[in-house]
Amino acid sequence: MGFADSAVRDSPAVTLTGVTIAPFSYAPAPESVRPTLRSEYGLFIGGRFVEPKSGAAFKTINPATEEAIATVADAGEADVARAVDAARKAQPKWAKTKPAERAKILFRIARRIQERSRELAVLESMNGGKPIKESRDEDLPLVAQHFFHHAGWCDKLDYAFAGAKPQPVGVCGQIIPWNFPLLMAAWKLAPALACGNTCVLKPAETTPLTALMLGEILQECGLPDGVVNIVTGGPDAGRAITALAAKGKVDKVAFTGSTEVGKAIAKALAGSGVKLTLELGGKSPNIVFADAALDQAVEGVVSGIWFNQGHVCCAGSRLFVEESIHEDFIDRLRNRMRSLRVGDPLDKNTDVGAINSKAQLATIQRYLKAGSDEGAEKFEAACDLPKKGFWCRPCIFTGVQPSHTIAREEIFGPVLSVMTFRTPEEAVQRANNTTYGLSAGVWTEKAARALEMANRLNAGVVWLNTFNRFDASAPFGGYKESGFGREGGRQGLSAYVKLGGGR
Amino acid sequence: MSATQTGGRIEVAKTLKLYVNGAFPRSESGRTVLVLDAKKRAFAHASHASRKDLRDAVEAASAAQPKWAAATAYNRGQVLYRLAEMLEARRAEFASLMVSIEGRTKAEAAKEVDRAIDRCVCFAGWTDKIAAVLGGKQPVAGPYFVFTMPEAMGTVAVVMPDERPLLSLVSLLLPVVAAGNSAIVIAPVAGKPAANAPLAIAFAEAVATSDVPAGIINILTGARAELCPWIASHREIAGVAGARLPAADAKALELGAAENLKRVHLFHDAPAFDDDAFWHSPFAIQPFVDLKTVWHPSAMF
Repeated sequence: MGFADSAVRDSPAVTLTGVTIAPFSYAPAPESVRPTLRSEYGLFIGGRFVEPKSGAAFKTINPATEEAIATVADAGEADVARAVDAARKAQPKWAKTKPAERAKILFRIARRIQERSRELAVLESMNGGKPIKESRDEDLPLVAQHFFHHAGWCDKLDYAFAGAKPQPVGVCGQIIPWNFPLLMAAWKLAPALACGNTCVLKPAETTPLTALMLGEILQECGLPDGVVNIVTGGPDAGRAITALAAKGKVDKVAFTGSTEVGKAIAKALAGSGVKLTLELGGKSPNIVFADAALDQAVEGVVSGIWFNQGHVCCAGSRLFVEESIHEDFIDRLRNRMRSLRVGDPLDKNTDVGAINSKAQLATIQRYLKAGSDEGAEKFEAACDLPKKGFWCRPCIFTGVQPSHTIAREEIFGPVLSVMTFRTPEEAVQRANNTTYGLSAGVWTEKAARALEMANRLNAGVVWLNTFNRFDASAPFGGYKESGFGREGGRQGLSAYVKLGGGR
Repeated sequence: MSATQTGGRIEVAKTLKLYVNGAFPRSESGRTVLVLDAKKRAFAHASHASRKDLRDAVEAASAAQPKWAAATAYNRGQVLYRLAEMLEARRAEFASLMVSIEGRTKAEAAKEVDRAIDRCVCFAGWTDKIAAVLGGKQPVAGPYFVFTMPEAMGTVAVVMPDERPLLSLVSLLLPVVAAGNSAIVIAPVAGKPAANAPLAIAFAEAVATSDVPAGIINILTGARAELCPWIASHREIAGVAGARLPAADAKALELGAAENLKRVHLFHDAPAFDDDAFWHSPFAIQPFVDLKTVWHPSAMF
C-alpha cells in the first residue's frame, strides 16, 4: 500500500483564540489487520458463490492507491433473474420459520459481525477510501447493532403493527450506494429478514467487497440458502432488478442513492403496485446561532461536511452562520481545517480519506470550478496529497449566494458552502429553500429556540447541537425529494410488511 | 332531473357545485355532467371540475394548511367530532341518495351511512394520539435524547374510487385531515357502479356547516382520469391518497408523482372498506405523515 511518501506528516502551527500550538509530528499508525480475501468473487446466489452466466467480471480497486484488490463478477440480466428466482424459492419457508428461530439466526449474524468487525472495517476502508477510524468506530458498530436490533423484532411484529396483521412483502430488491457499503447493506437486509422477506442485494459498483464478505458470514451463521442473494455489477444490474419488479417478479424495491436514479426507479415502477422506498440526496443546512457553543459548533460543522469525505447523503453541506459571528466563526473553522489530516485511509490518525472513485472526483472538481466561476471565495485545508489515488482537499466557500450552483446541488464531496442569516425566521426560510429535506443541524444554547427550529425545519432528521448521529432504533429518511420511507426502529419496519392481512 | 311531482308540487332540485375554500363555486369551465339514478333516469347535473379548478383548490388548501397543522391536536379532534355531528344530522339524506343513485336497499344504505359516521368519530379521536402511536422516544445507544414525531405533509389529494362513495370518502379523507394535512377530494362523476356526485356534495354541505376551516377540505366532482395527471404533476401537492382505483389512474398518479417524489399511497394491500380493524387503525394515517427524528445530546455539562 504505497504511502511511504507520507510516512511522517507534520501538523501545521495552529492558532486558536490567541494561543498558538507549535507544529508536531505524528508517527504513522497503519492498521495491521489484513482481511482474508479471495482473488476472485462470483455472485452469491442460493447460498453459494456461483460463476455469472454473463461471464463478465471487473477489477475492484483501492481508491487510495488505484491498485486492484480483487476480481468481482459483473451480473447480467440472466444472473439477476437467477438471484430473484432463488429468493422467491426460499421465501415461503423463511416466512414460515418460527419468528423466534428467525431471530436467533439474525442475532448470530450480529455476533459474527462483531467478531469479524476489524477485518470488515479494514476491507471497507480499502475498497471505499474512508478513514479506518470511521469504518472501525462508526460503520461497523452500527452494522452489528442493526442486525441485533432487528433480530429482536422478528417475534414482535404483531405488537409493532397491533391489529393490522402484518405479513411479509415477499422478495425485496435492494440497491445500495458506495458511501456506507456495509452499513447500507445492513440497513436494507436486517429489517427485510426480520419481517420474513428474502432479498436480492445489489452493492455499488465501486464497493462490492464487504457485501461479499457479509455473504460468507451469512453462510457461516446458517441463514438458509437463497434468503439473501448478492449480485455485484454496474447500474445495469440495478436496472435489471427494477425491470423484474415491474414484471411482478420482485415485490418491493428499496434504493439508496441519487435523486435522479430514484426518480427513474419511481417512474419504472409506476402503476405496478410494487412497494418502494427511496433514500436519496440532500443539501442539508447546518445553522449556527450567535449564542451557540462555538467550538462545539465548529466540530459539528467539521463532522457535518468532512465525515466520510462528504460522501454522505445527509451531509451538512450548507452552513448558515448568524451574521454577527460570521467572521469569528469562519476564523475558528479555518484554524480547525489546518489540523485535518488527509491521507491513507488505513492510518488510524487520518481524518479525511480518499475520494471513492475517479468519476466522483471529477464531479467534485466540476463543482469546485462552478463555485469559483460564480464568484464564491474558496479556502482549502493546506495539506499534501498522496501522489496516487483520488484525493480532494477539504474546502469551504464563503460569499455564497442562494442561487449559486454549489448552494443548490448536492456535491457529495468535502465542499462546504457558507451563507449568513440575521433572524431565526430568515434561517428557517433559507434552510427550507431547497427541493431536498434529509437532515438539518441547529447550534444554539437556547432550548426553546432549538426545539422550535426542529419543528419548523423540513427534514427527516434534525440534529440539535450534534450532527451525523445514527442508531438502529432511530428512524432515518427524508422529506420532499430526499425520498420516502424510513430505515431504523419500529417505523422502519413498515417498508417490509403488508398490513391488513395482505391482499 | 329529479323534478318529480308529489301532490302537485314541483320539488326544488339542488344545483350541484364544487366545494372550494369554504364556498360553493361552479366549475370555472362551465362544464356539467348529467348524473343518472339507478334506474337510468336523469337525476341532476354535477359540476365537471377542470384543471384550473384543481389549481384554485390547491391554492386554497396550501394557504389554509399551516394553521390547521399548528392547531392543537385536541382542537382538531373537536372540529372533526363536530363534522360527525353534522353528518349524523344528514343521515336520511345520505341514505336516500344511496338508494336512488346506487340502487342499494334502504337497510344497506342505513348501515353504510352509520359506518361512515362512526369512522369519522373514530378519527376525531385519533388526532391527539397519532404522535403517541406512530412516534416516540428512541432508546439510542448513546448519550442523546431522541424522539420521532409525525408531521403533516401539506396538501394531499384524495382520489376516490367508484365504489362505496361515502364510506370510501370518509376512510381516505379523515386520516389525511386528522394528521393536519389539507385535502382536495376528487369525486368521480362518471364511474361505475356508483359514482355519486350528489352524495359527495351533500358531504361538502356537512363540512361547510361544521367547524372545519375553509380550505382544509375541498371537494371537486369531475372526471378522475382527466384530473389524475394534473394532480400527479402539481408541485404544491405533497401527497396522494387513493384506493381501489382503475389501473390507468393509479399509473398516471404514480408516474407524474415521480417528478417531485410526492407520496402516493393507494392502499394496494389494504382490505375492503368494511374492515374496521384496518380502516380505524393508525396505519390508515401513517402514509400521510412524514416522520421527523430529532436528536439532542443529553449530559450534565
